[in-house]
Amino acid sequence: MTAAIDLNYWDIAFAASIVLGLGVLLAYYRLGVTRSLVVASIRLVIQLQAIGYVLKFLFAEGRLVYVAIMATLMLLVASREIMVRQKLRLKGWASFGVGASTLFVSSFAVALFGLLVVVKPEPWYLPQYAIPLLGMIMSNTMSGVSLSMDRLTSALRDNRAIIEQRLALGQSSRESIQPYLRDCIRTGIMPVVNSMATAGIVSLPGMMTGQILAGADPTEAVKYQIIIWFFIAAGVGFGMATALRLLEMRLFDDRQRLRLDRLVGE
Amino acid sequence: MQFLEWSAIDLELEAGRAVCLLGESGSGKSLLLRAIADLILNEGVLELNGRTRESFSPQEWRRTVGYLPAEIFWWEASVGAHFERLPMEAELKRLRLPLESLEWVPSRLSMGERQRLGILRMLDRQPSVLLLDEPTANLDDGISSVAESLILEYLESREAAALWVTHSKAQAARVAKRTYRMLDKVLELAGGEGAEG
Repeated sequence: MTAAIDLNYWDIAFAASIVLGLGVLLAYYRLGVTRSLVVASIRLVIQLQAIGYVLKFLFAEGRLVYVAIMATLMLLVASREIMVRQKLRLKGWASFGVGASTLFVSSFAVALFGLLVVVKPEPWYLPQYAIPLLGMIMSNTMSGVSLSMDRLTSALRDNRAIIEQRLALGQSSRESIQPYLRDCIRTGIMPVVNSMATAGIVSLPGMMTGQILAGADPTEAVKYQIIIWFFIAAGVGFGMATALRLLEMRLFDDRQRLRLDRLVGE
Repeated sequence: MQFLEWSAIDLELEAGRAVCLLGESGSGKSLLLRAIADLILNEGVLELNGRTRESFSPQEWRRTVGYLPAEIFWWEASVGAHFERLPMEAELKRLRLPLESLEWVPSRLSMGERQRLGILRMLDRQPSVLLLDEPTANLDDGISSVAESLILEYLESREAAALWVTHSKAQAARVAKRTYRMLDKVLELAGGEGAEG
């Protein structure tokens, strides 16, 4: 194994200069995203620098309690992200709660399965494995869940009259929103399916690329990438199923009335 | 049937008959119908033949208490897919609808066709109470009286009751024994056999 080439700060500065050029171009055409681009770039640098030190500390300590704290933090941030991405969200804490419980039952469960059954590091919570694995599953689940939840609430609001008429004809709440549910699940899972289908042909997935850069045997690296994609697919799929079920339970009451009054936003 | 909401509405419907409800747009007539069908949040006691609404499952209640909205939507690929038992050719003919109309794509229906097929769609579930929100608003006079008598015949043959929202006093006089007027969410008797408990 050959170690990866170390990058110094000048290398990073050169890379940043291209983005700076892009920023100047966008500003010239008054596209108004320059500010966001600059803020995002600065956040990227600071956040990744910080996580670099955090991971170094975690790897050196290697204690379960630190891994658990890190995982909890990731869960909270991801849940908040799901919440703020919703155009229409549930009133009160329910909005945060749906995201958090969804990520908990899907991402945590799939990551645990991966660690205990498939990868089996020693000890099972070895942070070098546990944190990246959980992170990859959670970030994809977060995107899928927030996309599908957003889709469902908008669909129910736009089709309120139709749903009410279906209920009025004696359909159950589930029957009355079935087509919208199907559409949301498709929307949420399609990015994962598409990425899986083109992996290796169009894109070399990030994790695998990283391993190869670090000197790993490509035929070994792909094995990791394959199981990661399976975990991501499972995390996203189960996560969406949970999220949409929880949302459905909040948006209909015990008399199966559509309760859009429980949503706020826009 | 009793019903309490806003300023405690108290209303009784009898089998085989219609009760009409007149009132300005925005006076809450449609809300009242949707509340009775249990589609919007409401409080109060509703009884059907001595059984409270809560003793029905929501689906059972809404099948028993059919609601015909003012604007009728269609969501399946064909009109016929909205029915559990396809309507008889005679019924369709009576409402001047061709048998093929059941195979049409809903988007090609005219307002009047939507309304006539909507009436058949509601009766298809064989409800024993009808909540009608201006069921003949988009129909011309000739077809409107056909639709009226179709509904009245249904009420009689099935011993069903109806709460019939209309803008037309003439229609109210034709179809109902009792008529209420709704003013700012308050219900008052406007004509007919006199108030009862």
